[in-house]
Amino acid sequence: MTDALDWLAPLVSLDRLAWLDPLAWLVVLPLGWATLAFVLGSGRGAWAALAGVSLQLWLAVELAGTILADGATPPVGASEMAAHHAVGGWGAPLGIDLAADGLSAAMLILTQMVALPLAVYARAYFKAGDPAGAWFWPLMGFLIAGLNALFVSADLFNLYVTLELVGLASVGIVAAGGGAQQLAAALRYLFVSLVGSGAYLLGVALIYGAYGTVSIATLTPLIAAEAPRLVWLAAGLMLVGLLLKTALFPFHFWLPPAHGSAPAPVSALLSALVVKASFYLILRLWIGPLEPLLPAAAAWLAALLGALAIFWGSYRAIRAVKLKRLIAYSTVAQLGYLFLIFPLLAQPAALQAGVMQVFAHGLAKAGMFAAAGVMIRATGQDTVAGLAGAVDRLPVTLFAFGLAGMTLMGLPPSSGFLAKWQIIEAALAQGYWIIAVVALAGGLLAALYVFRVLRQAFLVSGADVAERGPVPAVPRTLEWSAFVLAAASVLLGLRGVELMRLLGAGA
Amino acid sequence: MKALAKTFVVVWLALVFVAAAIGAMLELGPAALDLRAPVTDHLTDTGVSHPVTAVLLNYRGYDTLLEIAVLLLALLGILAAGGAAGSAAPKAAHPMLQASARLAAPLMILVAVYLLWAGAFLPGGAFQAGAVLAAAAVLLHLVGLTRGWDSPRLRLRLGLAGGFALFLAVAAALLTQGALLGFPPAWAGELIMLIEAGLTVSLGLILAGFFLFLSRDLR
Amino acid sequence: MTSGLLFALVGVALFALGVAGVVLIAQLPRRILAFNLMGSGAFLVLVGLAQRGDLPDPVPHAMVLTGIVVAVAATALALALVRRLHALTGRLQLPEDDGD
Repeated sequence: MTDALDWLAPLVSLDRLAWLDPLAWLVVLPLGWATLAFVLGSGRGAWAALAGVSLQLWLAVELAGTILADGATPPVGASEMAAHHAVGGWGAPLGIDLAADGLSAAMLILTQMVALPLAVYARAYFKAGDPAGAWFWPLMGFLIAGLNALFVSADLFNLYVTLELVGLASVGIVAAGGGAQQLAAALRYLFVSLVGSGAYLLGVALIYGAYGTVSIATLTPLIAAEAPRLVWLAAGLMLVGLLLKTALFPFHFWLPPAHGSAPAPVSALLSALVVKASFYLILRLWIGPLEPLLPAAAAWLAALLGALAIFWGSYRAIRAVKLKRLIAYSTVAQLGYLFLIFPLLAQPAALQAGVMQVFAHGLAKAGMFAAAGVMIRATGQDTVAGLAGAVDRLPVTLFAFGLAGMTLMGLPPSSGFLAKWQIIEAALAQGYWIIAVVALAGGLLAALYVFRVLRQAFLVSGADVAERGPVPAVPRTLEWSAFVLAAASVLLGLRGVELMRLLGAGA
Repeated sequence: MKALAKTFVVVWLALVFVAAAIGAMLELGPAALDLRAPVTDHLTDTGVSHPVTAVLLNYRGYDTLLEIAVLLLALLGILAAGGAAGSAAPKAAHPMLQASARLAAPLMILVAVYLLWAGAFLPGGAFQAGAVLAAAAVLLHLVGLTRGWDSPRLRLRLGLAGGFALFLAVAAALLTQGALLGFPPAWAGELIMLIEAGLTVSLGLILAGFFLFLSRDLR
Repeated sequence: MTSGLLFALVGVALFALGVAGVVLIAQLPRRILAFNLMGSGAFLVLVGLAQRGDLPDPVPHAMVLTGIVVAVAATALALALVRRLHALTGRLQLPEDDGD
């Protein structure tokens, strides 16, 4: 199993550096540079962020290497995880445990992989004195710290705190320096986020009342052995709260204004990573402690909502006037795919398909929002119509947008193709052809809204644009970091095998 | 009409939920685990003698670390949402009120120090002490003795972030020795006192900031 | 019925009241109050339901202290945003989103 992973071997050096436990450092490091960036002051801290995220990327890859090298990787969702850290040295259930398996490691790699190019992008995007960028770096640091902490936590109450860290950081960067429309979007987002985590917290409170512990590893066998009615209620509260935060249809209403009105690097972070965090937690609970409670009907309900999300999100994206609204509605649609996998989870391929979709959409959507930020700056307006003739001025950016679009449509060889292919394969293998049909239809609908943008930029003449005077120059860094993200979403399709192996589900 | 229907549906759902939850709670048996015994058993190794403080700063100290990050983050969000600077000129209150505020402030600082010290063996600790400090700052502002805060200068930023930075630094230092926040029993009492002292000052400033940054004139 | 269980039952009712308030009330400061009611309900359940026998369980007490601090932080941020929105629009309600 490890043969194909020789490229990771030189990185697996944790035996020599026992104090360098990546689980804990992946949380401590971003907290550290976020604090440093705050102390440095308004608008400062970009270099701390770049250095920090680079180190974190190395740590995440290191962690993945350890998990892979540990030949007997238990299947994802098992209560004994490959990497483990007892905070305070107490161990669950008295203390809090950090734990990671292939799924956590994959999410950690994605987070740092998206954050690094976006940090480069944001440094060029926020000009000195821009109020929207004044406290961007510490806010981003706390956001990344919250995400990393969420992916490694094995304690339900600790997960609540990480959810709030992610939620408040997201609201903070959406609101930063904004006008009334942006503040209203931030407030709407804040209330949804607080109700979602409140429902989750009540669920945790009920679980503690029933079992006397919030450690996932301790709870899993207890719930499997006996579940009073109250625990079913708790499971429902936790899942509904998290669905609200994941913006699954019909809980998606807050997402397009929040993701559509924030500055481009912020939209990219939110769409690529933040909604995936609550999805990860749903998946973690679904295949973990809550598994014995969930009937097949719950999985089909999730898939039905996912299908509705694909159709409604795509429809609104096709009709959208503003470019960023189009991309935000596309997020609503793409999140729908993640829920198609729930009835298929009997097969490990379904989980792999889900995580591949998380990666594909994460990279592609970050690239797409980054590209949109360039186009909006170059055309001076956030509309699809304003892109007429943009290809002459922004070839790299439009290429990036096209590559990201390829991933969203699911064209080979992109990672989006791999994800959709696996969903369809798993669906057909289990005889659920309806899921395969929805996945295919979603790809076609994505083609409609992606080509709507490309057609405007490539085929509609921009003659009248030239008369509007000189075009504002856009830093090359912006164009190229968008391109890197979009290209990564396509190229990942060629290295998908490694990712699948990392997930190691049921291996 | 639509609003009325929405109200009806929400209230009805809430009632059903409450009925279901109450029914399920009434039939709940004893919990599988009881953490009271392990909390007491290891209390001598935690460096504090009050069980809630032991859970808060030692057994589940990681929650508290992240919680302070959430507070600092909320303050950052307030600064980021910003608005034009320019702090409102304080309105001077009645001299009698000012005099009593002048008298109360030092006493409140004294109470804060007591709460911090008592936290090791009685209910109390850094958060309660910080809240009293913040109240003193707000009181002084309300009677017109101090101005609202504008964009924070370096000294204030250090004060706001210092407590968290200290907590994080101790956590990281202990991580290099084996476990994040893994206090050695011999030093646990001193280290926790150090962290709590730092947190008291920073929490006082952060909580005061929630009020004083907002009292800027937003125009 | 123990007093702890009574707290938990009241907590669930407060939580539901708070959620209904957040969903139904348009006035933003009152909506923030409703959110706080919701949080307090969850805290009561956490402490009350775990309270068995005479000795209190310190673990949920510490969790509630953490939860209260998080709620304070969220309330402060919400108030700041509402105040800023009020300064910009002169209103204490969310404007309708144009949906596009």
